[in-house]
Amino acid sequence: MDGAFVGTTFWRLMAALPLTLEVWFLSVVLGGLIAAGVVWMRVGGSKPLEILARAYVALFRGTPLLIQLFIVYYGLASLPAVRHSLFWPILREPFNCGVLALGLCTAGYQAEIFRGALLAVPHGAVEAARACGMSRLLLFRRIVFPIALRAGLPAYSTEMISMVKATALVSLITLWDVMSVALKIRNDTLVTYLPLILAGAIYFTVNYILGAAFLSLERRLSPHLRPRPS
Amino acid sequence: MDIFGIFGFGEGGWGLALLAGALMTLLVSACGLLIGAVIGSLVAWARLSGHRLAGAAGEAYAALFRGLPELLVVYFVYFGSSTLLTTVAGLVGYDGFVGVPSFVAGALAVGVISGSYQAEVFRAAFLAIAKGELEAAVSVGMDRWLLFRRIIAPQVLRFALPGLGNLWQVALKDSSLISVTGLTELMRVSQVGAASTHQPFAFYLGGLVLYLAMTLVTTRLFDLAEARATRGMRRIAG
Repeated sequence: MDGAFVGTTFWRLMAALPLTLEVWFLSVVLGGLIAAGVVWMRVGGSKPLEILARAYVALFRGTPLLIQLFIVYYGLASLPAVRHSLFWPILREPFNCGVLALGLCTAGYQAEIFRGALLAVPHGAVEAARACGMSRLLLFRRIVFPIALRAGLPAYSTEMISMVKATALVSLITLWDVMSVALKIRNDTLVTYLPLILAGAIYFTVNYILGAAFLSLERRLSPHLRPRPS
Repeated sequence: MDIFGIFGFGEGGWGLALLAGALMTLLVSACGLLIGAVIGSLVAWARLSGHRLAGAAGEAYAALFRGLPELLVVYFVYFGSSTLLTTVAGLVGYDGFVGVPSFVAGALAVGVISGSYQAEVFRAAFLAIAKGELEAAVSVGMDRWLLFRRIIAPQVLRFALPGLGNLWQVALKDSSLISVTGLTELMRVSQVGAASTHQPFAFYLGGLVLYLAMTLVTTRLFDLAEARATRGMRRIAG
């Protein structure tokens, strides 16, 4: 095994990183939007909507992402109703299916994180804001959102890292992400360890940077928790 | 064939195969959780020992396997262990490929991942034991082993139970990735059924329902175990 092989393998894997990151970013954003809706249903006060939201969370958190992904990619495509529908041009593309499945799944987790963060907002703070005459929007913007953001951030950063790891599954629906390029190199060259180790190093580095970024954001947002300067 | 025929237990029905797959999923996940418990308690021990090198190694292990995609770990353990065994077999004079059974590789992969998370659960559980109890046990003259058996182990298990319940769910879901190694667990059976009947939607949905049933039922079991383990404790939150 020579240095040139290590180099070419590394750069071939790096060339696939943009797709991995793209799937990650789009599915996280999509998941966040869905999660906002689910949380709104969950805490909105309507019983049927609450049950629906609970069922959504139980379904997507209680089953493996892999089978959800296969239902979206292989399952939906086999239904004539879907093939002849308006959505077929979207669902035909494996990229869109990957983003959709990952987004639906992370929405279940993100919804619980958002809900937990909302529960961390002290009732007294909301009451005080109401007593001052804040409108609902102002109350959300000035009181609820900043407190909930701080409370939810640690769990949210864990979920973001899980999602980077979850993107590896799109290699099983014919997308050329870092994982599938590593497997392709392994199959072509019959070198077992190196492609997988290099791919692992890339994923690990991405997660490390992401974790550090979230940690520094947490520190920035919680100046009141910093140790007193001596 | 209609839907009852496909999922039925009669001739050409896939009911039995799916149930057998679900059983395999439970089995491989349980083995993975046990392997993870062994790894996790060793890593937790290393981190609590106060030994700097051991602590750093434990921390590095946990950080590494939490930062890698689960699918990559499954592939690495599966391909890697077979390559390793083949190399070792070559050294002792056996030529040819030696494969590790996919069940063993799969349980090992799930265990290695689960262990990195269980380490943290066990560490937190140990730290939750009241310090005075450990001091009291030492002062009445318990040796290390007795202290572990009577004071530490029962309480660590009690405090770790909620965390272990979550990690059991994670192991159950991660076990679906073992399907890429060809082990006929639930995910793999769903794939084979989908391919041979050309009904992917029905099969993946059937698999999904079985997974959901397994997580819901086993979560309930963990809740019951938790209620039993903490029956003598005052609690501040339900």
